[in-house]
Amino acid sequence: MSRKLYLDNAATTRVGKEVIDEMSKYFDEFYGNPSSQLYELGRRSKEAIERARRTVADFINANEKEIYFTASGTESDNWAIKGVAFANLNKGKNHIITTKIEHQAVIHTCEYLEKFGIETTYLDVDKYGLIDLEQLKEAIKAETMLISIMFANNEIGTIQPIEEIGKIARDNKILFHVDGVQALGSVKIDVEKQNIDLLSMSAHKIGGPKGIGGLYIRRGTRIDNLVHGGAQERGKRAGTEGVQNIVGFGKAVEIVKENFDSNIERITTLRDRLIEGIKNNIPDVVLNGHPTKRLANNVNFSYKYIEGESILLLLDMEGISASSGSACTSGSLDPSHVLLATGMDHGTAHGSIRFTISEETTEEDIDYTVETIKRIVDKLRAMSPIKNDEDLKKS
Amino acid sequence: MYTAEVMDHFRNPRNVGNMENADGVGQVGNPKCGDIMKIYLKIKDEIIEDVKFETFGCGSAIASSSMATELIKGKSIHEAVTMTNKAVIEALGGLPPVKVHCSVLAEQAVKSALYDYAQKSNKVIKGLENYKPEDDEVHCH
Repeated sequence: MSRKLYLDNAATTRVGKEVIDEMSKYFDEFYGNPSSQLYELGRRSKEAIERARRTVADFINANEKEIYFTASGTESDNWAIKGVAFANLNKGKNHIITTKIEHQAVIHTCEYLEKFGIETTYLDVDKYGLIDLEQLKEAIKAETMLISIMFANNEIGTIQPIEEIGKIARDNKILFHVDGVQALGSVKIDVEKQNIDLLSMSAHKIGGPKGIGGLYIRRGTRIDNLVHGGAQERGKRAGTEGVQNIVGFGKAVEIVKENFDSNIERITTLRDRLIEGIKNNIPDVVLNGHPTKRLANNVNFSYKYIEGESILLLLDMEGISASSGSACTSGSLDPSHVLLATGMDHGTAHGSIRFTISEETTEEDIDYTVETIKRIVDKLRAMSPIKNDEDLKKS
Repeated sequence: MYTAEVMDHFRNPRNVGNMENADGVGQVGNPKCGDIMKIYLKIKDEIIEDVKFETFGCGSAIASSSMATELIKGKSIHEAVTMTNKAVIEALGGLPPVKVHCSVLAEQAVKSALYDYAQKSNKVIKGLENYKPEDDEVHCH
């Protein structure tokens, strides 16, 4: 294999040396339990946590007292939704509004809450993956306690009008939770300007370690704990803190903050080069997601008449790592719920491939990817019994 | 995830392509489930002289089709009809449990092509008496 090209940065990212160096001290040098405040070693750990907390808070224009560390973006989503739901149980508030394209961490949590008599409305999206603000307004009831909408979609990269949604939530005195896991580091997040009450974050999507997430909780928000136990995280999230992971999260944010604008601009240019390259060189492709309101690093196309897992296997043989919305790669029977929600037919949805680039991606990488995916698509189409839309309809 | 044999048949599929004036053609599966297989047969004196396949599907679907065509090529139609999905799995050195349906589809594609041949040539193939081409209802496995 001549080349290794990692284009699955929405799945996870490489942890940089600077981050690892910063973290490594907290394994064998400053290994004290942050709850052990009576000796220096414990205080060092506590200080490191608080430094990271300030960095994360600054990054989203929050106060450090509003940031809580969790074990993952998924835990943050669970905490935000269950925590608000349980705090409102038996108070006549039993309705949540979310969308059909949320991450499983949100959708499966809302499904679980049905057991407790909590109803959820799942908003539709248009062919670009955008919600309709009018439908949102109509879905609001007297019983609605929470609106939970992702900032940007992990599969198709579509960015929602978060500020407008936040305003609608605020005007109706409903809490607004945003799953910001994919958006953090790629879009400017400002919890004040965007009227966000709860924001889920994850470190490993932005060059930090796996196993560490964060939840921003606006001061004064009524929310139950999810994890009960000791007094860590100001009594709101029990369990000894993963100090080295928290430190890694903080460092990753620090690095993303430097040159944020110029980095995003550069990645966006590369993204558009990849989009144009694929559109101009391969017939019968559909760009999934919005052409401009999309994450700087996300390129997701459906290649008609072929299936995504086959494409991924052949890409892997050429050294390229990517991901697919095909059912064959998910272990479920249906292709991506996100693509189906945009109105795409099953056959076309099975042929979707997502490339997510990083600041390490070069122009040469992009051109290699275009050339490689074209070769693979040609090969698989030559093998397929489906040659056009009519064949697709007939079968 | 896949055996070396599966990867070999996926990477270098045997008998891939279509066939003009085929004596029997069978297509099974549907785009909703994410796999479609089409098998073409050239039959002379009840012997499968040539076979081709076209497949829309995942790696194991392509490998299963390729292996199935290898298993029936040169065989009599009466032998070919007894080819089971288990034989395909065995020849591939195994398939992950979630991919077993690909081998089932390969068996069905062969049967469907043989059925088409039997219909066109007014022949009876033992083992196909009760065979019905797929109904329209979609069942993903």
